[in-house]
Amino acid sequence: MQYAETKSKENHFITTGKHSLLYKIKSNMELLILCIPAVICFVIFNYLPMVGVLIAFKDYRYDLGVLGSKWVGFENFKFFFTSQDAIRITQNTLGYGFLFIIVSLLSSVIVALLLFEVKNKTAIKYYQTTMILPFFISWVIVGFISYSLLNPSTGVINQMLKMLGLSPVQWYSDPKYWPYILTIANVWKGVGMNSIVYYAALMGIDSELFEAATLDGANKFQQVMNISVPTLIPLMTMLSILALGNIFRGDFGLFYQIPRDIGVLYPTTDVIDTYLFRGLRTGDNIGVTAAVGFFQSFVGLFTVVAANAIVKRINSENTLY
Amino acid sequence: MLKRKVTSGTISIHTFFILFSLCFVLPFLLVVSISLSNEEAVLKSGYSLLPKNFDFTAYQYVFANPAQLKDSYMVTGFTAIAGTFLSLLIMALIAYPLSRRDFFIKKQLTFFIFFTMLFGGGLIPTYILITQYLGMGDSIWVYIFPSLVSAWYIIILRTFFQSLPVALVESAKIDGASEFRIFFQIIIPLSKPVLATVALFTLLNKWNDWYTSLIYIRSKELYTLQFLLQRILRDAQFVKDMSRYVPLGIDIGSMKESPLETMKFAMCINAAGPMLLVFPFFQKYFTKGLTVGAVKG
Repeated sequence: MQYAETKSKENHFITTGKHSLLYKIKSNMELLILCIPAVICFVIFNYLPMVGVLIAFKDYRYDLGVLGSKWVGFENFKFFFTSQDAIRITQNTLGYGFLFIIVSLLSSVIVALLLFEVKNKTAIKYYQTTMILPFFISWVIVGFISYSLLNPSTGVINQMLKMLGLSPVQWYSDPKYWPYILTIANVWKGVGMNSIVYYAALMGIDSELFEAATLDGANKFQQVMNISVPTLIPLMTMLSILALGNIFRGDFGLFYQIPRDIGVLYPTTDVIDTYLFRGLRTGDNIGVTAAVGFFQSFVGLFTVVAANAIVKRINSENTLY
Repeated sequence: MLKRKVTSGTISIHTFFILFSLCFVLPFLLVVSISLSNEEAVLKSGYSLLPKNFDFTAYQYVFANPAQLKDSYMVTGFTAIAGTFLSLLIMALIAYPLSRRDFFIKKQLTFFIFFTMLFGGGLIPTYILITQYLGMGDSIWVYIFPSLVSAWYIIILRTFFQSLPVALVESAKIDGASEFRIFFQIIIPLSKPVLATVALFTLLNKWNDWYTSLIYIRSKELYTLQFLLQRILRDAQFVKDMSRYVPLGIDIGSMKESPLETMKFAMCINAAGPMLLVFPFFQKYFTKGLTVGAVKG
């Protein structure tokens, strides 16, 4: 890649000197044509909805359309932020966001470190393949699995509790268990794929380092703490900060499919994305729902840009842009 | 002494991973086992890891009522294949100019695309646009058009194209080849690995799509497989309606009702099983995609 770059600078094919815009367009005509289909898609499906954030400031009515509906200023925002829902969904979204970042960081780093100690090629392949399986299934299938485990009368977990002489638990009617269930589901689905990035980084370590450490009398644990972990720390920092940037965008599938949209569980399972979905489904107050969506997009933009600025200061190679 | 220590460590690590990988394999076996169990046994004593009173009744019911499953397979298959092909073509087409250092609006256009990763209109404006203004609600096109382009994949493709030797393009231009010809005859054949990676990710996402049906689709004929499964899991009435025809060889008198509970799981196996066996064979491309994604262009 480095080679290609210097090469292109040496013999620039089309001169990009002081030509008129018209000349540039003409000489790049073919390249411009290649861009057209994608640009049209982006304009329609990404940029037009951005204009639609106007709905957040309107009393939207389907029959009047986006431009025809009445302006209400910040009424929609006021309505949402003074409601009970605002605190709950913001708290849940941020709480799960932080929790998932920490738990998934720890679990995937530990799995990668342990996997790195496995030397048998066939065993590595088997462990990795099984751990990655959940990556290939949708949250709906995870929903099937969690339902067969948690079903109050026929579920596997309640059967095991009964066998141990404990009383069965009504998983789907008590919100207090759900932070644990959701965290486990999240780790289960992601740990295989997430650990691969760290495992790849460990594979990149010069094996002479470990040999030298062994000669110097360092035990396995010391080697892990002083060679492997320090190698992973930059990557861990980068990926976590970038994940922090996306903290306001929850995983709708997890929060919708696993708790099965059951109202009693909302205190611990309702996040911004599920709230938005219900707002759309009931259709009662589209303006308020749009305001919540705008709040999410806007804060999301801010956190992503901030996260990237921080990463850039630490190490400019790992930023998104 | 040292050797023995290493061995005991190795054993404990292997023990950990064997138990850990069971956590990933057993849940799948549980679903298979429930689908192969006898309905009454399941209702009486619950799900278990080994089929209870092994029988195929649930599968017989699914195959006796194939209409909905067939529709969903057609919808998912068509949208996944057509959508992936179109999407890959359009994204590669724009990624090529963006990879060219001499393209005069490279910077501006890259930002135009990149910005969509930072900010979006959100669910409500998108929904209103697609249903009220584009008329794509409850139609098969909603699966294909709104998801044609993704900024992230375009950046991955562009990064790969940039790594190809510039001399290839230059010499082809000297020989008088047009940009279209360079793209289709030089760039595309050289980029098979990255195209395969992006295609597989897109295909997987489309195959596992239930969200689009949930938001935009009302007609049963247009459900994707995954959304069909969601309806089946949540809605007992829906399963009941689906099991209208009693399979041949089943004595209706012996059974009060269709085996709704085990049928749910038999449907799950039929709808999700085949592709779940296929995708892991392409694991190499998926993991490569992750490391490619980690490299900034």
